[in-house]
Amino acid sequence: MTGETPLISARQLGAVFDVSKPWLNRMLALEAKQYLTAVDMVDIDIPKGKTFALVGESGSGKSTIGRMIVGLQKPTSGQVLIDGEDFFAISSEKKKMAMRRRIQMIFQSPYASLNPRWRVRHIIGEPIRAFDLLPASEVDGRVAELLDQVGLAKSDGEKFPHEFSGGQRQRIAIARALASNPEFIVCDEPTSALDVSVQSQVLNLMKSLQRELGLTYLFISHDLSVIRYMADEIGVLYLGRLVEVADRDTLFDKPRHPYTRMLMDAAPHIDAFGRTAEIVKGEIPDPINKPSGCSFHPRCTLTEEICRRDRPEVREFGTEKARVACHLCAD
Amino acid sequence: MLRPVDRVGFEVRAGEILGLVGESGAGKSMCGSAIIGLIDRPGRISGGEIALDGERIDNLPEDRLRRIRGKRIAMVFQDPLTSLNPLMTVGQQLIQTIRTHLPVSSGEARDRAIALLEEVGIPAAATRIDAYPHQFSGGMRQRVVISLALAAEPELIIADEPTTALDVSVQAQIMALLKKLCRERGTAVILITHDMGVIAESTDRVAVLYAGRIAEIGPTRNVLSTPSHPYTKGLMASTPSTTGTMHALSQIPGSMPNLRAIPKGCAFNPRCEKAFSVCFKDIPILEPVDGSEVACWLYDPAVNPETKEISGVSE
Amino acid sequence: MDIQTPKGASARPEFKEAVTTSTWQRWMNSDIWHSYKSSPVIIISSLTFLLLVLGAVLSPLISPYTPFDPASLNLMNGFTKPMSANEFTGDYFLLGTDDQGRDVLSTILFGLRISLFVGVVAVLFAMTLGVVLGLLSGYAGGWLDGIIMRIADIQMTFPSIMVAMLLYGIGKGLIPPDLRDEMAIWVLIISIGLSEWVQFARTVRGATMVERQKEYVQAGNLIGLTRWSIMLRHILPNVTGPILVIATISLALAIIAEATLSFLGVGAPKTEPSLGTLINVGRQYILSGEWWILLFPSLTLLALALSVNLFGDWLRDILNPKLR
Repeated sequence: MTGETPLISARQLGAVFDVSKPWLNRMLALEAKQYLTAVDMVDIDIPKGKTFALVGESGSGKSTIGRMIVGLQKPTSGQVLIDGEDFFAISSEKKKMAMRRRIQMIFQSPYASLNPRWRVRHIIGEPIRAFDLLPASEVDGRVAELLDQVGLAKSDGEKFPHEFSGGQRQRIAIARALASNPEFIVCDEPTSALDVSVQSQVLNLMKSLQRELGLTYLFISHDLSVIRYMADEIGVLYLGRLVEVADRDTLFDKPRHPYTRMLMDAAPHIDAFGRTAEIVKGEIPDPINKPSGCSFHPRCTLTEEICRRDRPEVREFGTEKARVACHLCAD
Repeated sequence: MLRPVDRVGFEVRAGEILGLVGESGAGKSMCGSAIIGLIDRPGRISGGEIALDGERIDNLPEDRLRRIRGKRIAMVFQDPLTSLNPLMTVGQQLIQTIRTHLPVSSGEARDRAIALLEEVGIPAAATRIDAYPHQFSGGMRQRVVISLALAAEPELIIADEPTTALDVSVQAQIMALLKKLCRERGTAVILITHDMGVIAESTDRVAVLYAGRIAEIGPTRNVLSTPSHPYTKGLMASTPSTTGTMHALSQIPGSMPNLRAIPKGCAFNPRCEKAFSVCFKDIPILEPVDGSEVACWLYDPAVNPETKEISGVSE
Repeated sequence: MDIQTPKGASARPEFKEAVTTSTWQRWMNSDIWHSYKSSPVIIISSLTFLLLVLGAVLSPLISPYTPFDPASLNLMNGFTKPMSANEFTGDYFLLGTDDQGRDVLSTILFGLRISLFVGVVAVLFAMTLGVVLGLLSGYAGGWLDGIIMRIADIQMTFPSIMVAMLLYGIGKGLIPPDLRDEMAIWVLIISIGLSEWVQFARTVRGATMVERQKEYVQAGNLIGLTRWSIMLRHILPNVTGPILVIATISLALAIIAEATLSFLGVGAPKTEPSLGTLINVGRQYILSGEWWILLFPSLTLLALALSVNLFGDWLRDILNPKLR
């Protein structure tokens, strides 16, 4: 991590959802309110022009973090700072809009993310109009430019989303995200609905756009191989907590947290013929009733008494300054 | 008329796992449905035959086919909830399946059911047997589906994307289970997936499908580490990996053709950089190349311009 | 950048085709048109409906007589049998005349006009109200949703005819007597409309809650669009399918509700009779042998309600699998 101020930083970010039943049912069954801690004290710093990736399985809270960082959801605790400024603390609507313009998002589903009743030209042009970036007469020209930038033809703007394949729709979604000239884009599983050959097209497109436009990405995925291809720095999430943060090569060469190691081993390898991954104990626990101490302890091979009792704090390891939340990790 | 699957041929031996890999629209699930005789109308098998243990089964009347389905061929789907009845306990469903296919008393069937649940790794099987499907987690549910598939001791299991809906850690567990069952019981398995990593780790042989046709088929190690068909090559080069040296992902231009507009000749020709005249005219057939079988004109010395020293256009 | 632009375009000829075909050609190739062509019941019912609408719209031009112009009425023409000339005046009446000597065919055409007008405007009113409340309820959620849906629940526990009668009574009480006949139609429209908005609100609310979760709505939130902009420009176009289905089914219901109210004597006034009023008038003569005064308006009402209903059912079936 460099010394300069990061473009995006999350400080002690937390999200708690009320998952209680309606109050009448609760009264009748004499149940207490139930809360789900989806995100728990997460710290992230993303320097300008870099890609920070979040990896985790279901229930890890990775999408919730993405939604909080773009301002779609208010954090229950902690703050998100963009260039040092907290989006949710801004009171003037004008300043909020100026902030929104700088942050965009690419969603997972290439089907649900585009309004089926709108022409592509209007979909991509909408952010330009919403932020009043260009006079109305120049919007179409800019849309054509954006279509070209993502590898589509100008005439594609007249079509409706259903006329495109999944990969092309994701290009349209990228063009829409670029329309407001953002500096930072959250990419939430942008290729997990796509086939591999199309996935590589989209990943390469995103990489070249990053180089050309100096974009900063938060890249969210469950797929370690995609993460490895895209990320500069990686955070591994387990049940809402960051268990390990390290730069890409450090993480893949020397995974320190037992959960990271388990993930790496369980992910299928395309060059390991006939390999059987080491069997992991159990499944991801219910996020409403998380295990005590370190959430990973029931599945961990190393577990000691302290893991059951105390929540591990994040500590720094090695010259690479990998941050790991594990009691037993010793370099 | 649309042809989602066109002249696909392969065989699976007992105790062997055959992978069917391809991108969406390649026709891999349709192959699985055809074998088990579950093609929805107006679809039908328009040609070719399917034989189980040497006996032709695709022309059997519906009632005999139904007996084979479940008894000798079982199926495991992507979403375990679609194959389990939410209103019956896991035990009831297992016992029902066992007694439909095997002549045992209900007491024996229950013992067998518990043994099956233990075999697929469900802890405390003797008590969990009376639970309903929704009381199991996703991974455990898929285990129940597998035990249900095993109930009648089938000779062939068709697993259609069995781990796609699961997290990686659970996926590894389920794949290990499938492999173990295949080896120990000598069951043949057809594993349908889009995941090259799963194919590499789990299958003995693999068929790569493209636009309803087999592009390449052979021993998995052979096909994946030294692919011959330009599509397989492209697929391998565009698959990111968690191991090995990092290299830029190459990309295959375009996307899988729409069923209504499959190109003439080799279906891959619009996306293939090696395509030459014959590729646009005739459909290549599978020929042996380096221990695999490949459907590509490049490997036919009679037409390949590079080996034949003539220009591509020879009308 | 080594993107697939030229090759990608050639790999999907079907998209090129879509650009060159006109909207009309696309419509002709669509499933809806195909289903329409292959269903004789729908062809017949839609043609019947079209015929009735034309008859109603053109009634001042095509009616053989002007039944509600006292100057042109001749009491001598009273009770003429259908398809015969009056024995005194020699005037010919296709569907006979009533006690006042009014031509039944002409009264039906004018009655149809009132019935359809009341039905269509009442449905438009119910639709506007229901769609706005449904969108608000589904998108905003929370206490607003709670209030709107509880009102809908309460409304649903009364039969809609009763609600209409209640509102009709209140409306009559509030309007000065000399304006009553003029305002009767509007009271009718509002009372029928108010009793039908719940269907629209419920359906739109459900569809909105589904759409609200979709990522294109979140993309709209991301660029700071206002709540109304998202509801009206993004969500509304995606819930028009179910609205259309409910609208047709409600039209049939509204026409029947209007006929019922008019039949009960609380609807369209005698000076501007609707089909229901005509049926009410005809009822008095059924036992004295003048059957045509009752039968023909009743058959017209049946044809109207049935054709709209069948069309609505068909529309629901064809749009349903595509309701996301």
